[in-house]
Order: sequence, then C-alpha cells, then structure tokens
Amino acid sequence: MESLTNRKKVVSDKPMTLWEKAYLPAIISGMITTLRHMLRKRKTIKYPEEIREFAPVYRGQHVLKRDEQGRENCTACGLCAVACPAEAITMTSEERKRGEEHLYREEKYAATYEINMLRCIFCGLCEEACPKEAIFLTDRLVPTYFERDNFIYGKDKLVETLDERIDITKRQHTGKRTQL
Amino acid sequence: MDTALLIEKSILVVLLFLISLGAAAYMTYFERKLAAWIQDRVGPDRAGPFGILQPIADGVKMFLKEDFIPAKADKWLFIIGPGLAMFTALITSAVVPWGPKLHLFGRDISLQVADINIGILYVFGVLSVGVYGIMIGGWASNNKYSLYGAIRASSQMISYELAMGVSAITIVLISGSLSLNDIVAQQSGVWNVLYQPVAFLIFFICALAELNRAPFDLPECESELVGGYHTEYSSMKLGLYLFSEYTSMFVSSAIMAILFFGGYNFPGMSYFSGNTLAILGIGAFAIKIFLFIFVIMWIRWTIPRFRFDQLMHLGWKTLLPLALINLLITGLVIAFKNGWF
Repeated sequence: MESLTNRKKVVSDKPMTLWEKAYLPAIISGMITTLRHMLRKRKTIKYPEEIREFAPVYRGQHVLKRDEQGRENCTACGLCAVACPAEAITMTSEERKRGEEHLYREEKYAATYEINMLRCIFCGLCEEACPKEAIFLTDRLVPTYFERDNFIYGKDKLVETLDERIDITKRQHTGKRTQL
Repeated sequence: MDTALLIEKSILVVLLFLISLGAAAYMTYFERKLAAWIQDRVGPDRAGPFGILQPIADGVKMFLKEDFIPAKADKWLFIIGPGLAMFTALITSAVVPWGPKLHLFGRDISLQVADINIGILYVFGVLSVGVYGIMIGGWASNNKYSLYGAIRASSQMISYELAMGVSAITIVLISGSLSLNDIVAQQSGVWNVLYQPVAFLIFFICALAELNRAPFDLPECESELVGGYHTEYSSMKLGLYLFSEYTSMFVSSAIMAILFFGGYNFPGMSYFSGNTLAILGIGAFAIKIFLFIFVIMWIRWTIPRFRFDQLMHLGWKTLLPLALINLLITGLVIAFKNGWF
C-alpha cells in the first residue's frame, strides 16, 4: 500500500554490527545532542519578574466597574449569579437612599457582592450576562493564599477604586450591548 | 620532624578539607544547573544572583530536617555508615599532588599532604574501603531496598575495580613508579593519554562505575529501589552520603587528571618558574578537574541507566579483557624498547 506520508519507518531486528555494539559512537552522538541543548536559548519566562504577554481576551480576576462619574454600575439584578455555571457569585441587594446618588448609578445596588475564586472557572458568562456593563474579567491574576477564606473576594477587592481605574477596553463584550 | 613542617601540613590538610567540601557543595549547584541547561530549563536561580547561594540553602535545609533512625535499624552502624562514606571520600585527596612546589617564607612547600611512594596503591585501597560506607549504611537500615542498593554497589565496585586496576598498571609500567608525584613529574612532556588512550577510556568508564554515577547509578536507581542504599536516611546523614558522592567525584577527577592528563603540567611550562609556575600549575590542574567533572555530569544527563546484567557483561566480558590485552601490548612494547628480546 502506498503510504500517505513520508513518516513511515521500517524497523528491523537484525543483529548489531561491531561498530554499533561498541556503543561509543552512539554515546558521542547523544552527547552532542545534549550539548546542543545546553547552548540553546532558554524559553523560560521568570514569572514574578517577567509576565507572559496575555491574549487580549484573557479572562482573569473580575472587576466591578464604575461609570465616568465614579458611580457603581452594578444594580444587583443577579443575572451574573444565575448565569454562573460554577455558582461562584452571591450578592445581597439594597435600595439606594437619598444622598447616595453619587455612589450608585441605579436605584438598587449590591450591598455585598462576593465571588468565590476557588469555584470560579473564569468562563466569562457573568460578563456576558451583565446588562449594566458592571462586571468584567481582566488580565489580572488571582494570587494564591494559604486559607480558603481569602479566596472569597468581596466588594473591597472587586470594585475598582476611583483613582485606579481598570482598563477593560480590550474585552470582547465591551460596548456591544448598548448598540442593541 | 620540625614544627614548621607540622604547621605547614596542618594548614594544607585544613585547606584541602575545606576546598573538597566547598567544591562538593558547588558541584551540586553546578550539576543542577547543567541538568537544567541540557533539559532547556533555567535551573536554580532564586537564592542569590544566578542562585549561587543554593548549596547553602540546601545545607541549611538538610540540617533542619528531622534526623530519623528506623526502629529496627542497627543504630551504631546506621550512624557510622555516612561518616565512613565521607571519610573515605576525603582521605583520597591526601596523596594528590595539587601543584609544583611553592616557595614561601624561605621554605619549599610541597602541595601534597603525603608523598608516599605507593600513591596509586593507596588510592585503590581507599577506593575499596569506600564500599563499606555504602554497604554498612544499606545493611544497617534494615530495609530491602537499602540492602539491594548496597549489594549492587559492592558487586559493581568489585567488578569494575579489576579493569580499573589493570588499566592503571599500564600507567605504572610506563612511568615505572607507583608514586603520584613521580607520575606527574614524568608527564611534563607528553601526557599519558596519548600513549594510553584505551587505558584512559577503560579507567574513565570504571571510574564512573566506582562513583555510582549514571549510567552506572544502579545502587540508587530510584525507579527500582526508591533511593537505594540511602532510602532510610534523612537530614544531614543523607546529606553526608550525597556529599561524599560529590567529594569522591572531585577526587576521582583529580586522580584521572594526574594519571592521564599530566596533573599540574601544562603546555609552555618551561617559560615560567618559581611561585608563578606553582600558581599556574594549580590553575591548570583545577581546570582539568573541572573539565572532568563537567564531562561526568554531561554523561549523567545524556545516557540512560544500564540494566544490571548489562553492567556485569560490560565489566567482566568487555572492559576486563580489553584492559588485559592493552596491558599485554604495553608490556611487550616496553620489553622491545628495552631490548629484552
């Protein structure tokens, strides 16, 4: 039968010649191979100092966005929690009081908002489900901890601070919903 | 014996002790680096710049580990084992001529702790005793894997010592002396490896087997014997075993450099004299030792382990006859040259 690729190799079990039995040529050729590897350039990225370049759609730690006036976008509708296949998101909602208009954009807001980073599979469905453009996944990494409790991220870690806005312009769902 | 000689030798002994230990410590680092490079990795690079503090970190770790003695182990032999291994690895360096004579404080200082006239015999004697450290440690552990490792180590060492000894005899035939000092001095022109390439090859292979280095590392073959003879050891006792392996690697490289590569001799020696010559000689010797260590490590990370029957086959049916034929030819050539026929 004609072979489809040129990768076919005929193996044989004929006895070794004296040259092959001496093993030394084979050993030397093997050592040349390892020497070549020794002189090769390392491809290692030394993590804490160097960080691998992320893909633009990388899904890392979440951020709860604020709008241009610094008000929280989240209205605690719970669609993200429903969409979440890992059931990592929980929240409690509260009504916005008079005088809190500068804090929350909608009349209802999330009093607590917790994501369990051990449950989260970083699928991005919360981001897709969100009607208010409040939650996005970013290119930040969730660090490791010794205690499980530390992996439950509350609003203190999730909501972006006013002076340190998180750039989400590269996200694939950004701005799509408003065009509808 | 005058006091100055005593002081001089004591300093030399302490210095040698420290250098051997330091070299062994940094060989572990170098081995890890080399292994990493061969496998396209970076290797230890966290402790200090380029990870050069890694051996110190390893040492501290070893000391802080629990020092455990199994309940059914022979306690005293269990403790003596690693010490004996380390001791035999260190005392070989006593007969090594590390360089030409230094001239300091109006004295000629010989860089050899003991210039005994049977240097080679001493080295082989110590090498044979070296198996006791492993054997006792493996036996005292009261563990089947340890015992298997120890048995493998002793049978392997005994088998390869024969071919090693026979190939060393050819060097003795050429130089006509058993003293390492004479053998080095007599190689100032042409190195012995040019006269005896086959003997060198046999000696080198046997040295790998004596050191329990890959591809002959069956005594601690982790895929079959967990850790071999040091399975039950922990803390600094394990550290001593690992250390003794590297120390004997250092000393064996020195012996190979002396017997076959001219020791502290280097091309263009006649242009220097006095202390300059001594220092350059020590440097040349150090470079040779380093190259041997490099090649031994390079081989370890290239060649897979032998099967035990292949090991015995190589030792008894290949290397020993080859060494004997080589010895016979060398003897005949010397006899013809001296006109004995």
